[in-house]
Amino acid sequence: MEQVAFFAGAIGALGGAIAVIALRNPFYSVLALVVHLFSLAGLFLLLHAEFVAAAQVVVYAGAVMVLYVFVAAYVGGFEEPLWDAIPGQRILAPLIAAALFIELSIAVLGSGLKSLGSEGAIIPAGFGSPEAIGRLLLERFLIPFEGASLLLLIAAVGAVVLAGRRPEAEGRIDPEGTKASEGAA
Amino acid sequence: MDTTWYLVLSALLFSIGAGGVLIRRSPLVILLCLELMLNSANLALLAFGRNFGNADAQIFAMIVMVVAACEVVVGLGLIVAMYRRRIPLDVDENRGLRG
Repeated sequence: MEQVAFFAGAIGALGGAIAVIALRNPFYSVLALVVHLFSLAGLFLLLHAEFVAAAQVVVYAGAVMVLYVFVAAYVGGFEEPLWDAIPGQRILAPLIAAALFIELSIAVLGSGLKSLGSEGAIIPAGFGSPEAIGRLLLERFLIPFEGASLLLLIAAVGAVVLAGRRPEAEGRIDPEGTKASEGAA
Repeated sequence: MDTTWYLVLSALLFSIGAGGVLIRRSPLVILLCLELMLNSANLALLAFGRNFGNADAQIFAMIVMVVAACEVVVGLGLIVAMYRRRIPLDVDENRGLRG
């Protein structure tokens, strides 16, 4: 049963990932990423990470992907040119990716960690439940937790500054951007 | 399921994401490929956490998700700003910082 669930999730995640980089329309790529994230949430459930799986579905597949869909719809389709910017790029890039995969596989399979070939340690009841995660976040990892909230605040302010409509102040806020737009015009 | 299966799957997803970053031109799709890489790292973290019976890995995964959300927000803000200023949305056209 667990094997069936794992392979179903793995096939979903791999298919979604391949569709993200293979589809030409960015909008379809975003939808493929949603499939990928849902499959990955299923795998997280198999790994007894219930809270992370729920956060993955609610925050990632829900909120972040809506943001992507809005931006893809706002910016519109982008036709990728067929010429290679670097000669042989379309052949070299998959080769580099394959080399990376082989290297990572060697690192995993040759690590000599005995426990990797097993189910793993016996986990206590309530492993990965919201209660356990909440205790860890508010006791042992309180400072990283607060740092993450500060980071989110800075990112939200930064996005408003970057994307805000402020034509008269463009030169003052972002001199690089105005230079680039003059060059494009 | 053995932990090795999860780790190999994670390596495969990471390689797909890295290949996508190298091969695609649209900044939006490059951000999506970065998401793929971050999520494969999360899968590896959770697999190790399950293997060693340690819930700290799940906190790591949550923090990775927070950082990914920040990266998405700033990246999409940059894409919207580029679109408004009529800068072409093609990473090969924008070579002003190239030495």
